[in-house]
Amino acid sequence: MTHSEIDAQAGAVQVRGTVLTVRRVDAYYAMTLVAPAIAARFKPGQFITLAVGGPDSSMLLSRAFSIHDVRPDHGGTVEIVFAVHGRGTQWLAERRARDVLDVTGPLGKAFPLPRDPVNCLLVGGGYGSAPLFSLAAKLKERRCEVDFLLGAGSGDRVFGALTARRTGRSATITTEDGSLGARGMVTDMLDQVIHDGRTDVIYACGPMPMLRQITMLARRYDIPVQAAVEEAMACGIGVCMTCVLPVVGSDGITRMVRSCMDGPVFRGESVRWDDVGTIPFDAFGAPGWEPRSRRAAQFHNGQGRGSDGSGGPIGGGAAGGGAVSGSGGSGMGGGDRDGRKGHGNHGQPERGDGAAGRHSGRHSHGS
Amino acid sequence: MAVDLRTRLGNVELPNPIMTASGCAGAGRELAQFMDVSKIGAIVTKSVMLAPRSGRPTPRMAETPSGMLNSIGLQGPGIDAFLQRDLPWLLSRGARAVVSIAGGTVAEYADLAARLSDAAGVTAIEVNISCPNVEHRGQVFACNPDSSAAVIEAVRSRTRYDIPVFAKLSPDVTDIVSIAKACVSAGADGLSMINTLLGMVIDTDTMRPRLAGVTGGLSGPAIRPIAVRCIWQVREALPGVPIIGMGGVGTGRDALELILAGASMVSVGTTIFHDPSACARILTELEDELTARGIDRLADVVGLAHEAHAMTGRQLRPSARVRRS
Repeated sequence: MTHSEIDAQAGAVQVRGTVLTVRRVDAYYAMTLVAPAIAARFKPGQFITLAVGGPDSSMLLSRAFSIHDVRPDHGGTVEIVFAVHGRGTQWLAERRARDVLDVTGPLGKAFPLPRDPVNCLLVGGGYGSAPLFSLAAKLKERRCEVDFLLGAGSGDRVFGALTARRTGRSATITTEDGSLGARGMVTDMLDQVIHDGRTDVIYACGPMPMLRQITMLARRYDIPVQAAVEEAMACGIGVCMTCVLPVVGSDGITRMVRSCMDGPVFRGESVRWDDVGTIPFDAFGAPGWEPRSRRAAQFHNGQGRGSDGSGGPIGGGAAGGGAVSGSGGSGMGGGDRDGRKGHGNHGQPERGDGAAGRHSGRHSHGS
Repeated sequence: MAVDLRTRLGNVELPNPIMTASGCAGAGRELAQFMDVSKIGAIVTKSVMLAPRSGRPTPRMAETPSGMLNSIGLQGPGIDAFLQRDLPWLLSRGARAVVSIAGGTVAEYADLAARLSDAAGVTAIEVNISCPNVEHRGQVFACNPDSSAAVIEAVRSRTRYDIPVFAKLSPDVTDIVSIAKACVSAGADGLSMINTLLGMVIDTDTMRPRLAGVTGGLSGPAIRPIAVRCIWQVREALPGVPIIGMGGVGTGRDALELILAGASMVSVGTTIFHDPSACARILTELEDELTARGIDRLADVVGLAHEAHAMTGRQLRPSARVRRS
């Protein structure tokens, strides 16, 4: 944790936010809260946490939601989009206008913006697309071209298809059941969309397997990916150490970093997607790390450094520098992973909508 | 009416009894944007170990009715980073730092105590003895009076004389009083209780344990009655030993309950996860609760439930107690 990371959070506040509206949007709910202090500090990619269940709630963990949009009306409103997964999100869906919620935010790192006007591809899985529209507005202010690629299991679970068509240079939709757009998953269409749009940078938000696949495909084209992860959080403010995932730093060392503080937006190549859910053997502080790790790190740098795909048009990338191959370590780290088969890197982008999936976590805690 | 909330942590005086609970507030820095960390009695840090540690795989957390399980595995940067970065920050903000330490061997605990004693500004050391003893088949120190005493004795002997040492007890024992007595005999200046209880959740959809680490520590309001019972029993057996109470405190009323059982300080943990400024709120609420009962000194109610119990066999109205003194 560096000072700059703290500064990135310095703007977060805890406020009482009044519910303005809760409405259905296809398979999801959109909630608008009056929270001027949060709206004023918001940057696309950041999230809020909500306490759920009222003062005597038996639900102790705050729920984290990426911010869909902020508006100036009523002094400043914040909108989130969520699916009902369990008791916590059910309780939220039952809120009505003038109910008051305990809201904390804006939290986490925002999407870094390019310095130059470039071609941006915004990829969203399910309601993972929610934070992409305010990002698109910011990108267009910088005269970037914005293409959308949105997907979900079915048409009613593609969030923001209309907005994408209205505001993007292009909008490609995929559904697994073919009820809207092309049948398939966003990753099936990625090659074509990159070619058509001459994509310079990809912004993605959705389930882990989708982000992993996008990062893999983008590496072929040497396109940088900024990925907003959905990791289960308990607090959202950096104290509980629940939401960690293995990320390679600019020094080539893998650390278990908090997605609430160091993320939720990560440079795609810095995340060891195949090792998410494990402690890689060469991670900083892993069992037996100290004596062996230095050698291991050197070994890795020598071997896996092939494509140092850093650079690119993104300014101020969070974890800049060496793109040490994550897959190089994953084979050896596999021992840890075997015991955890349930979490499935089976490349189904829409899996985050399933109630059992832990990847639904950041939005629901699977509750 | 301003209530006199001062309390004593061993030989150190604190302005008020509310603290963070270890592992629920990092080293205080993350909470600073939501509250003034110098306003509460102390920041109790996440347990510090000698070496950096990556912790357990994810998922590390599961919500349960009025509780949560965690299985973090003491992820942390190690004592060097703590002394270089976290402790100076706490001191620069005027916060009182109670440093929680954890180790796998008696020698590790002792080395940590020595390192902290050499650094300026440590208010107290809380010894997290709910760690597996790597030299004794991984048995948790806190589950055995002898191994608990061995750790506390080593820590006390390597800690500067004016830094109080508190032993943090596990409720997962047959007789917490015997562990408490062993720790006090070994030199503990006070006791912290309770640590989390070991629990487990199985996901009935995947039909597998919910936590990657299989078992985890249960915290939250679900364990508050156990905390009250443990504090009560230890206070009964060792009335002169200061106690930091913790376990499911979410309001000032909850804090008062632990104080009446015998705690002279109260740590707030899991509540912080949904209310980052909970410590400041609970401090205000506690003051209001005392005021509402006509009590103007916190010290008057520490362990009060025992006295009332002894006098009449049932609780007296506290105002009667205040008038009597």
